[in-house]
Amino acid sequence: MINGIGVSAGIAIGKAFVLHRQTNALTGLLLADDSMIAAEIEKFDIAVTQSLIEVNILIDSYDETNGSDGLEILEAHIELLSDPQIKEDVAEKISAEKKNVNDAVIEVIAIAVVMFNSMDDEYMKDRAADVQDIGRRILTNLNSAGKATGQTYPPDTVIIAADLSPSDTISMDIMRVVGFATQIGSKTSHAAIVAKSRGIPAIVGCGAVLQEINNGDLLILDGQTGKILINPDSETLFEYQLKREIWLVETALLKSQKDRLAITTDGTTISLFANIANAQDMELAHDFGAEGSGLLRTELLFMGRDSLPGEDEQFEFYKAVVLKAKSKPVIVRTLDIGGDKQLPYFDFPIEQNPFLGYRAIRICLDRPELFLTQLKAILRASAFGKLKIMFPMIANVQEIRAAKVILNQAIEELNEAGIGFDRTIEIGIMIEIPSAAVTADLLAKEVDFFSIGTNDLCQYTLAVDRMNEKISNLYDPYNPGVLRLIDNVIKQAHKNNIEVGMCGELAADPDATLLLMGMGLTEFSMSAAAIPHIKNIIINNHMALANQIYQQVMAMDNSTLISAYLKDTTA
Amino acid sequence: MISKDYIINAAEGIHARPATALVKLTKRFKSTISMKKGPRTVKINSLLNILSLAAKGGDTITIIVDGEDEVGALVAIDLFFHEELKHL
Repeated sequence: MINGIGVSAGIAIGKAFVLHRQTNALTGLLLADDSMIAAEIEKFDIAVTQSLIEVNILIDSYDETNGSDGLEILEAHIELLSDPQIKEDVAEKISAEKKNVNDAVIEVIAIAVVMFNSMDDEYMKDRAADVQDIGRRILTNLNSAGKATGQTYPPDTVIIAADLSPSDTISMDIMRVVGFATQIGSKTSHAAIVAKSRGIPAIVGCGAVLQEINNGDLLILDGQTGKILINPDSETLFEYQLKREIWLVETALLKSQKDRLAITTDGTTISLFANIANAQDMELAHDFGAEGSGLLRTELLFMGRDSLPGEDEQFEFYKAVVLKAKSKPVIVRTLDIGGDKQLPYFDFPIEQNPFLGYRAIRICLDRPELFLTQLKAILRASAFGKLKIMFPMIANVQEIRAAKVILNQAIEELNEAGIGFDRTIEIGIMIEIPSAAVTADLLAKEVDFFSIGTNDLCQYTLAVDRMNEKISNLYDPYNPGVLRLIDNVIKQAHKNNIEVGMCGELAADPDATLLLMGMGLTEFSMSAAAIPHIKNIIINNHMALANQIYQQVMAMDNSTLISAYLKDTTA
Repeated sequence: MISKDYIINAAEGIHARPATALVKLTKRFKSTISMKKGPRTVKINSLLNILSLAAKGGDTITIIVDGEDEVGALVAIDLFFHEELKHL
């Protein structure tokens, strides 16, 4: 077994095809006299023109159903091939140093490759591959008298190579090539990006051990874990054939829905957001078709360290998230620590009932300096996209007003310092304490949005500690009392013209989707991986059914029956 | 000649996609358009030159436009850095 970096998930099973590439060598020959300079430069121009034709053919035949990543790479290659700086540098080597065109190109490309490799940014390092790619293309056209390029492969081929250029990956015939593995490369290599957008399982960075694979070996490649199995036994093979089938079905579902909006058959639009904890999660959320984030948990930033993070460190964290969100909205929940989440450097009192104790907004209002730092950092990051601020554990109107006093102080301090931020930033609250759900009409007048946190709302309403396994059967979001509270929150939000969403586990529960839509909920936030499944329910149903389910359920007095009825109607 | 500062408001900075868009943008104008980051200034009709600056998200860069249609070019540059870049 060989281990590499899995860069494009999925299972590939096929015969190995080991790809060798010839390298272009310097000749060291100098031009005999100046009269040859013009001819050498002309050879370069002809090779570039031929290369441009080839890349344009790749662009024309590009299948956009595979996403546009490969296309963008090819367009970058067009610009690199016609780059005036490269042409100038090549012409300079030919005319001033009397180099022949072959050597001039090799040297100019090598300098650019070194430049990219020396950058301290993984993405930029990988752009060296693009420069190498166009350089190789120009050199091939310089040295060949129109010899045929393009390799054809037998069906179910797994390509094994030291490295693959972006154009190798783009022109790969995915009807025949089922996966590839390379010795070098990283997650941001263009080969990796293209593999991901084309849905070809791929592993990079396997190292020299990859040379152990011979042409014709039967390979299993797991692009998720980065594992390659060579000539597996029939039991293992069968297991992976099954995994491959499941993967194919799942990706087909995901692909058919990723760019589709969640619209019911009668035209009601539902928005699906992802719950995230950092910038990487935001990036992943895009792959699952999230329209932004309905909950950015900020606890991770405070946990697993010795001291509180400062304003600048927090600012960098929020900024990274908002930039990854690419103008899509992100709801930042202010510190929700306490309860089951403790901090080593923070002196929490020993409490009889931590879930009913010193936590979340209660700490923030008690320690305003801590809250102020977080609010300033969030506001500063708001200049880079669309952020919203959400206060957790609100029990009454006075807490919102107290939080806003500190928010206003943050705003004033930024104004005085002349630091920019989004002046239209929206402020909302989590509805997770029963008193807040009951008085939603009063709270709605204070904020721009509500987000229903069903996990805590359920445990507080039913007086069931969700960490206590002895009573876990009593923890029941379908309890009519919980459902009535959720219903009231949604109704009061609509009445007061503010937005309302849900970010608790109920939002990702496929049995509850239509019921919640019947209540009038249009914004759901959940773990990114749950989005395709919930979207599938939405686009295959209509509001008339959702309303009917809602009417029926609200008339029931038994959560076991409600749960059974929902399973039945949504199956 | 006009020069103006911009903050890069895209997570990945000026990577291949926005750099390609920028090269295409400069081709629409006769003016010479350059970008300065730190001590280095390069003409941005070259993808290689733009990428060599390695401008990251949050970095400040200066754009210098010089030529007969410099005002129009700066309008396009403004739109690029304030709006288009976020979506690239």
